[in-house]
Amino acid sequence: MVQFNLPKNSRPVEGKTFKAEGASRVKNFRVYRWSPDDDKNPRIDTYEIDLDKCGPMVLDALIKIKNEVDQTLTFRRSCREGICGSCAMNIDGQNTLACTKGIDECKGDVKIYPLPSMGVIKDLVPDLTGFYAQHASIEPWLQTKTAEPVKEWKQSHEDREKLDGLYECILCACCTTSCPSYWWNGDRYLGPATLLQAYRWLADSRDEAKGERLDNLEDPFRLYRCHTIMNCAKTCPKGLNPAKAIAEIKKMMVERQA
Amino acid sequence: MAAPRQVERPLSPHLQIYRFTITMAMSIIHRITGIGLYMGMALLAWWLIAAATGPEAYAVFLGVADSIIGKIILFGFTWALCNHLLSGIRYFFWDAALAFELKTADVISWGAAIGGIVLTVIVWFAAIVLRGVL
Repeated sequence: MVQFNLPKNSRPVEGKTFKAEGASRVKNFRVYRWSPDDDKNPRIDTYEIDLDKCGPMVLDALIKIKNEVDQTLTFRRSCREGICGSCAMNIDGQNTLACTKGIDECKGDVKIYPLPSMGVIKDLVPDLTGFYAQHASIEPWLQTKTAEPVKEWKQSHEDREKLDGLYECILCACCTTSCPSYWWNGDRYLGPATLLQAYRWLADSRDEAKGERLDNLEDPFRLYRCHTIMNCAKTCPKGLNPAKAIAEIKKMMVERQA
Repeated sequence: MAAPRQVERPLSPHLQIYRFTITMAMSIIHRITGIGLYMGMALLAWWLIAAATGPEAYAVFLGVADSIIGKIILFGFTWALCNHLLSGIRYFFWDAALAFELKTADVISWGAAIGGIVLTVIVWFAAIVLRGVL
């Protein structure tokens, strides 16, 4: 359902400000905070960061805040090099990974929110349960019917190349939570990340469950809520194009009817 | 062990904080102009029915259509049609899995947005020239 306004309990209020004393190069970090331990609304806290004493990435600033200013700040992070997808969040109005987003890329205050239109577990940590369940629903593994070969399932170099731009997805959920269609119909629309993965298996020359996979997607909501808004492709921190993958699935649907 | 505290989780901000892009804006405008054209069909039907009914009925229609408000609505209808038409052409490419490069998608979306306005002005300019008056 389209719901432009946030529910009453979700509207952020102005929070606290933490000053950086004696700093010459200061940048404001405006960070979304919410704790399940009280019944208060979310708030936006402002942290002044001394850029001379901080690493270059947004994640460096978040870790600095947690270490030196406010230990209660909660966020996910792990690899700090854009391969695990844990620190996906909305920075400066766009979803991306905090570890690969440079502070200098943000003009003015750095505004940081959790991934959009998700239930908040705490601060910058969104509830991704539904997202993972949707990913599981497309059965993202190799499915075969012919007899198992003695060694491995073989694939030509050309067929392997068809998976480039698909297999690199790290399931950070940046694209899915950037999609307005997913904001309004996230309970029934699978969203760009899951559909990119669905296409990754449809495009795999070794996979033998094409028909079943397409049957599973043939649904007004699961696949066809994509209206090519392109937010997914613009926001992907790995430079992938889920919108194009979805278009390819739609094409396969038409082709098999012919 | 105590029962876990029931929490009502907030929904994280979405439309309020997401940076607008031309493809996002054109998607919304495409939807709005589509609804506008749907409503506009009622006016088109009125015009045809009035023309078929007779001179008095047609005079009533003209009285409304030729008023300032009528002209504003007609101008809006023309723009909605031009914008929806050009914006719709993008979907022909996208349905064929073409024009998905980020730059290309932006260029054709800006093209449709600006082209829709230009086309509207051309249509009205032509109409005024043909008719002699606004």
